Amino acid sequence: MNFDFSDDQKLLQKTAREYLSEHAPLSLCRAVLESDAAYSDTLWKGVAALGWLGTAIPEAYGGAGFGRLELAVIAEEMGRCLAPIPFASSAYLATEAIVQFGSPAQQQELLPKLASGEWIGTFAHVEQSGEHGAEGITTAFAGDALNGSKAPVPDGDVAHVAVVTARSGDQVVLAVVDLTAGGVTRKAVRSIDPSRSLASVRFDRAAAQRLGGATGGWDDVRRLLDRAAVLMAFEQLGGAQRAFDITREFCLGRYAFGRPIASFQAIKHRLADLYVEIELARSNAYYGAWALSNDRPELATAACGARAAASDAFELASREMIQLHGGVGYTWEYDCHLFYRRAKLLAVVLGNANLWRDHLIERLSA
Amino acid sequence: MDFNDTPEEAAFRTDVRAWLDANAERLKAGERTPGLAEGRADPAMIKRAQEWQAKKADAGWACITWPKDYGGRGATAIQSVIWNQEEGRYKTPPNVFGIGQGMLGPTIMVHGSDEQKRRYLRPMLRGEEIWCQLFSEPSAGSDLAGLRTSAVRDGDDWVINGQKIWTTGAQYCKWGMIVTRTDPNAEKHRGITYFIVDMQSPGIDIRPIRQINGYSGFNEVFFSDVRVPDRNRVGNVNEGWRAALTTLMNERHSIGGGGAGGPDFDDLVRLAKTTRWEGRPALADHAVRQRLAQFYIRLKGLQYTSYRTQTALSRGATPGPESSIGKLVGAPLRQDMAGFAVDLQGATGSMMDRSITPDEAVWQLSYLGSPGLRLAGGTDEILRNIIAERVLGLPPEIRVDKNLAFKDVPTGPKNE
Repeated sequence: MNFDFSDDQKLLQKTAREYLSEHAPLSLCRAVLESDAAYSDTLWKGVAALGWLGTAIPEAYGGAGFGRLELAVIAEEMGRCLAPIPFASSAYLATEAIVQFGSPAQQQELLPKLASGEWIGTFAHVEQSGEHGAEGITTAFAGDALNGSKAPVPDGDVAHVAVVTARSGDQVVLAVVDLTAGGVTRKAVRSIDPSRSLASVRFDRAAAQRLGGATGGWDDVRRLLDRAAVLMAFEQLGGAQRAFDITREFCLGRYAFGRPIASFQAIKHRLADLYVEIELARSNAYYGAWALSNDRPELATAACGARAAASDAFELASREMIQLHGGVGYTWEYDCHLFYRRAKLLAVVLGNANLWRDHLIERLSA
Repeated sequence: MDFNDTPEEAAFRTDVRAWLDANAERLKAGERTPGLAEGRADPAMIKRAQEWQAKKADAGWACITWPKDYGGRGATAIQSVIWNQEEGRYKTPPNVFGIGQGMLGPTIMVHGSDEQKRRYLRPMLRGEEIWCQLFSEPSAGSDLAGLRTSAVRDGDDWVINGQKIWTTGAQYCKWGMIVTRTDPNAEKHRGITYFIVDMQSPGIDIRPIRQINGYSGFNEVFFSDVRVPDRNRVGNVNEGWRAALTTLMNERHSIGGGGAGGPDFDDLVRLAKTTRWEGRPALADHAVRQRLAQFYIRLKGLQYTSYRTQTALSRGATPGPESSIGKLVGAPLRQDMAGFAVDLQGATGSMMDRSITPDEAVWQLSYLGSPGLRLAGGTDEILRNIIAERVLGLPPEIRVDKNLAFKDVPTGPKNE
């Protein structure tokens, strides 16, 4: 049995953690949250220079030529530091879409820029509240142009390129569009987590191309979302673990009634329960990573389990973090709300856990 | 069993309604009185609140449970519930007097001197003077008796140094009631003294605290050599813990009346109806239906429990620690409902744009605001202890902070 990351992957994770501890303390997330900045340009450039954006991009296109396992450990570290950059949008969504479904010409044109960080990529799908299915897509692709609007588009205000779900006749298609070209209007939208930017984007005959290799319609979109869900689950795990670690430390140092609050059984049980939830989510995420990196058919169910478990674990961790900190956990000044906001954002951005649990059973009973 | 008022209660309710109808405007359907936590009370709002309070006082409808001697009408607990229910149906300014009139005034009535009762109670009742509670400290929240703000005798005065936290309304209050450490060599509960402090005293520095939802309803209050005359001491020196307990007991007695405001179950059902998941209303999803039903049953459980409490009050019982159920269940429920509502919206739920987000982003605001309800006025954990020990009679925890001098109680890893 070898159900663990390799030594090299662990070393990569350690390196990533060291880099981010220095260059992405929580104060960086807070700085973006409290300002009008959409993301930290410094961190973006730093991460790009390390080649992380191209982790899973083939070397021929300027990437590092590693696989999804390497990307997963980096994703966990991104989550741990609540990295205030468009890493997820670019690496787990736009890049994955082009690697999986782009034509050779599209890959040649786009992947090097995504690998280098020169371009930020994103994925535009949702149009109506609650609706994550194909039913919600009204944006039309016809005559090499897109017409319609999407909101929220993560990082839609700063991204250069977007992969967009659209209708072509009665089929769902994946299109790629240059967001800096004509026919695109975008506006930043206030987010529940202002350390990560959201936008509404409108297409008025915006020039676009179908992703050359995407012929499977809605199934392609689902496959793309499954892949992103696994990587996102690692980000959620990282956030949950960090929230847990900080809370544990706090409970050890905080005294009441003459002893550390960590010595009260009620608190110990809460922390033990939280630990268990995070570990189960971690195990489900590992399975997802295995399925993703080996292109297994199990990915269809593994992704659902990974996402649902990670969403629940991160949300629980973020609520417990506030509660176990007591009154100070409810202040702006303490970091608890950075995790609380991020947990909720990630819990909904690819569709809520209910949706993914539904799909899990649908796929298990197919 | 019935839900009707007794004849006496009905008559009382009629009187209350008659006066309110003549003196205030009814709220329209869906309208709500904003709560305090939704913003920092501005001077214009305070003034309106004071005008309304004075109007009530002139007509004998202010602080109705207070004894007649102090300007109340000696109303019973159930009459107070009826008054709050009725007043809650009218457009009134937010209540900025609750802390003083609900907790601090009653403390003065029990523990204050005759002079203090004469000087402070009537202006408090009339809303002319607003009061704040200076209890919690950064190192003394749930463990209030662990407080460290000191008071040292100097001639006819006491000199106070230290820091209080979570003080709602400090910035607009005339008076504060403060618990201080006057003997660090005594056991922790035996070296505390209670004072009335003039919030305009030199040496008081009030700083707003920003909450995670962006609002600043409460403050840190720093005391630097603040002088308080001995005549402002409430109760005996080093016996202030008894008065503090009276204050805290009164804090737990808010029952009946309006809820904390914010979106409710009907709003949630409407959201589920109008949100579409894979082409169908989210309300058609079985998991959604189950969850909504759970919320409903819990909410109704709370409502009907409050009826049972009202019934007990109607029969003359005094409010007990059972009222902890309301807060222990209600606060997390609010957070759960808000979180669920945001989830219903999917990715759209991550936006907080009032023009795009459903229900003008009220659920997102509630999700951000609700954690505070599980912490303020008794954390979930303390409420569980109260239920376990005071209601169920279970043995208390073994204490390591009693039977030693306060100064010897460990407060951090360094001094273990």
